[in-house]
Amino acid sequence: MIAAFAFYLFATLTIASAIAVIFARNPVHSVLWLILSFFNAAGLMLLVGAEFIAMLVVIVYVGAVAVLFLFVVMMLDVDFATLRSGFTRNLPFGIIVALVLLAEIVIALFARQVGPAFASPNIATAAQPNIVALGQLLYSRYLFAFELAGLILLVAMIGAIVLTHRRRGDLRTPKVWRQNARRPEDSIELIDPAVGEGMKL
Amino acid sequence: MIGLGHYITVAAILFTIGVLGIFLNRRNVILMLMAIELILLAVNINLVAFSAYLGDLTGQVLAMFVLTVAAAEAAIGLAILVIFFRRRGSIAVDDVNRMHG
Repeated sequence: MIAAFAFYLFATLTIASAIAVIFARNPVHSVLWLILSFFNAAGLMLLVGAEFIAMLVVIVYVGAVAVLFLFVVMMLDVDFATLRSGFTRNLPFGIIVALVLLAEIVIALFARQVGPAFASPNIATAAQPNIVALGQLLYSRYLFAFELAGLILLVAMIGAIVLTHRRRGDLRTPKVWRQNARRPEDSIELIDPAVGEGMKL
Repeated sequence: MIGLGHYITVAAILFTIGVLGIFLNRRNVILMLMAIELILLAVNINLVAFSAYLGDLTGQVLAMFVLTVAAAEAAIGLAILVIFFRRRGSIAVDDVNRMHG
């Protein structure tokens, strides 16, 4: 009973905040609704016993991706009102396409409820904790894919840095290698000026 | 009793909302990226629900990889957005076709 109540609460909030993401006028509000949606989706995942993925969603999506979105939205000085110009024009067509898509998915799902997952409505009880089982799977059978995921993240990080890095021309940073290479004999000259002749530079 | 069908319905609605968001905000790249995140979240809910109801953890492993790719995609997409804004002074997607040549 409580599980059903929690499911409907999380599901309603996830969908409602996802709708608010799309229709919010202010992009900062969109990001905040997105964070709420992620939290509730993590709650949905907790309900089926996928604790590790739920925590990963909170950490990665909320902690990294949404905050990145928030930074970019606040950093770019964009007039977002002009970007909404096609919004009402696209609205009827977009809603028709969305309804057709949803109807197709739901019909495809419930037209033929075959398969073992639909046959057994209960969640299979796990023999060991979720994170233990997942760790054993990740570091044995899916080790190569796991390492590859790390490589993808590394490439993405380097790519983001290379893309956004710019060499500014107006900075006068000291050139340390030239300062270190400078020797006293290059820059100091000892002369002995004769009396009454002045000196040449 | 909450079954697999409930979770798949939620994921389907979330997916549709994401597609609708891409349709509606045709000019705003940031909102398009957010809609893509919603779509990937729907995929993750599907994977986790199937994994739980089938008793097979492979779905959760795959959900983790989807999460990885989503994070990488957001980072690269926002980086491209930032340099596009720096060049052009706007993030309207209509202007992107001027990049050709």
